[in-house]
Amino acid sequence: MTSLIGAPAAVGAHRPVAAVPRRRSIASRVVERIAGPAVRVLLVVIAVFWLMPVFGLLVASLRPESANSGSGWWTVFTEVFTRPAELTLANYGELLSDRTMRGSLWNTVLIAVPSTVLVVVIGSLAAYALAWMSFPGRDWVMTGVVALLVVPVQVALVPVAQLLGATGLYGSIAGVVLFHVAFGLPFAVFLLRNFFAGIPRDLLEAARMDGGKELMIFWRLVLPIALPAVASLAIFQFLWVWNDLLVGLVFADEGSAPITVALRGQLRQFGANVDVLASGAFVSMFVPLVVFFSFQRHFVQGVLAGSGK
Amino acid sequence: MAGIEIDRVGKVYADGTRAVSDLTIDVMDGEFLVLVGPSGCGKTTALRMVAGLEEISEGEVRIGGEVVNEVPARDRDVAMVFQSYALYPHLTVFDNIAFGLSLRKVPKATIERSVREVAEVLELTEQLHRKPRNLSGGQRQRVAMGRAIVRQPRAFLMDEPLSNLDAKLRVQMRAQIARIQRDLGVTTVYVTHDQTEAMTLGDRVAVMRGGVLQQIASPQELYDRPKNMLVAGFIGSPAMNMVTAELALDGDDASVTFGGHRLTVPASVLHKRPALRGYAGRALAVGIRPEDMEDAEIAGPVAAGGDTLSSVADLVEAMGADVMVHFPVDAEAVRTEDRESLERDSGGAGRTGPGTVLVGRFSPRTRIFEGQPTTVRVDVENLHFFDLGTGSSIWH
Repeated sequence: MTSLIGAPAAVGAHRPVAAVPRRRSIASRVVERIAGPAVRVLLVVIAVFWLMPVFGLLVASLRPESANSGSGWWTVFTEVFTRPAELTLANYGELLSDRTMRGSLWNTVLIAVPSTVLVVVIGSLAAYALAWMSFPGRDWVMTGVVALLVVPVQVALVPVAQLLGATGLYGSIAGVVLFHVAFGLPFAVFLLRNFFAGIPRDLLEAARMDGGKELMIFWRLVLPIALPAVASLAIFQFLWVWNDLLVGLVFADEGSAPITVALRGQLRQFGANVDVLASGAFVSMFVPLVVFFSFQRHFVQGVLAGSGK
Repeated sequence: MAGIEIDRVGKVYADGTRAVSDLTIDVMDGEFLVLVGPSGCGKTTALRMVAGLEEISEGEVRIGGEVVNEVPARDRDVAMVFQSYALYPHLTVFDNIAFGLSLRKVPKATIERSVREVAEVLELTEQLHRKPRNLSGGQRQRVAMGRAIVRQPRAFLMDEPLSNLDAKLRVQMRAQIARIQRDLGVTTVYVTHDQTEAMTLGDRVAVMRGGVLQQIASPQELYDRPKNMLVAGFIGSPAMNMVTAELALDGDDASVTFGGHRLTVPASVLHKRPALRGYAGRALAVGIRPEDMEDAEIAGPVAAGGDTLSSVADLVEAMGADVMVHFPVDAEAVRTEDRESLERDSGGAGRTGPGTVLVGRFSPRTRIFEGQPTTVRVDVENLHFFDLGTGSSIWH
């Protein structure tokens, strides 16, 4: 019986020679030279294009009403050369002295912050239970959550309005918050459960061996590891609620209306109160940006790196 | 510190799969017990049941005399080292080691002192402020060890803690684990598939296979007196050679023959294994350890004959300290499940056709080369015999 294996030395001879960095063709190097800057230029163009309306809104909010009704915001650039530009903070002063607008801005905060906090807290706790605790009917609960993802908001408007009416919450900020929380939770649970489930089982077991109770493991291990997911969820939920018009319009009465509803109220049949509208719109857009940039450092990649082999 | 009694423990999963059956092991206080076996043999499941990470379907586990079946993992006061290390990625080395203590509300100053002490022992002091992702494999392994040690638990449970390290580091860490365990004297259950680790670390080694405990004994006893073919084939590297042979008995003169080869069975062996007489004229399995074979030219002139095999060297592997010589003999191989699955995995290369390839561990002074006819001297005093039907070793 002759061997099919052969001497070990022969095996080594077939091994490929250690890889030497291959010289790339001239074409590929040229493409790389040009493509880098080209991509950068393209990105700048897109960014400028996207920021144009924001900038326009900012300029409009700084112009007096008379100027806004006479000409477009872009004329400020030419006006600079003809006569002193008429830029003023008066619109913002007016916005802040307008009780409806000021109140509605505060209402939006009162709606958006609890809606976000509640969704994140309840959603992450539920997601942890669904991902890592075994209890009867767990899979059915998860199926229910997924099913709720596809229920459109509009379907619930009438029945929820009746429900809130019956409980005396109709028109109040609490009612609006409840609605936002109810409709924010399915997605929150779904997103976080999938993220939590991706955390290696060994980590949780190690924490259990180390003496951790479920809530402790959740708080000191799962939440810090899942911070990017939780932060993203919080930002999206906040933006969604902040920018919402429909729910506020339906469920909030005048005293608890958010800024989006109040801004809509500034639209007149013939033209609009551009001064308050522009400054109000800019403020309502600016807050989410601040929120976004203050949370964005939590969008860190590779938080799990290094836990294992 | 405490002993661990695993008493007729079984594990059946919800889908009906049985992972462990009727496992009884009594781990003494301070003992280093190694659970060894091929993958899927239930050793890890057994360990996880002791840890409390897996529900116990049957039987009882007692730690320090107390039944812990219903005690959650966190209250069993045992520490586990995971194969994947399972370090907390968002915490520094210091906080990783301190995690268990801080969960137990140990005072800050005590934690600080304990962690630094452990870090000192494991040479991690320089790394205390680092995150796991900035550590090398060996350092991560030591952090995992440190996390277990710092708690001063009643027992250590280790699940293949070295399998992710490269070979050299593994040997070093193996020695370190042995030293630490000896110094601390903590009861340890160590799971591995590597029989070298099992032999070098264990006070006792439990060989498992298919969820069933095959034998539990000291490493030397396992090697010298394997209870059955499974243990014989698993312990020792390269594995024990096994061929089907026929035993001929004439008074006190006994011999085994297989495919034209004949080996004398000395009277002393017959005396040690009286049950062998019952197999006269019958087929049985003969086991020869590679280290019980030697190039006849080196072993010196054959005295009485009947203790050599003639063949042609088929493959020669020079290892430096010794030379592995593969040579075919015209004998029927012993078909065991282990061998068959190994052959399936390796594609059965070189094992076509009838006959068996034996492996001998020769002295490096051998002049043997591939394709050369060779005479192999067998130390017949150390032959092993097994029943072909049951696979059990033939002793009494």
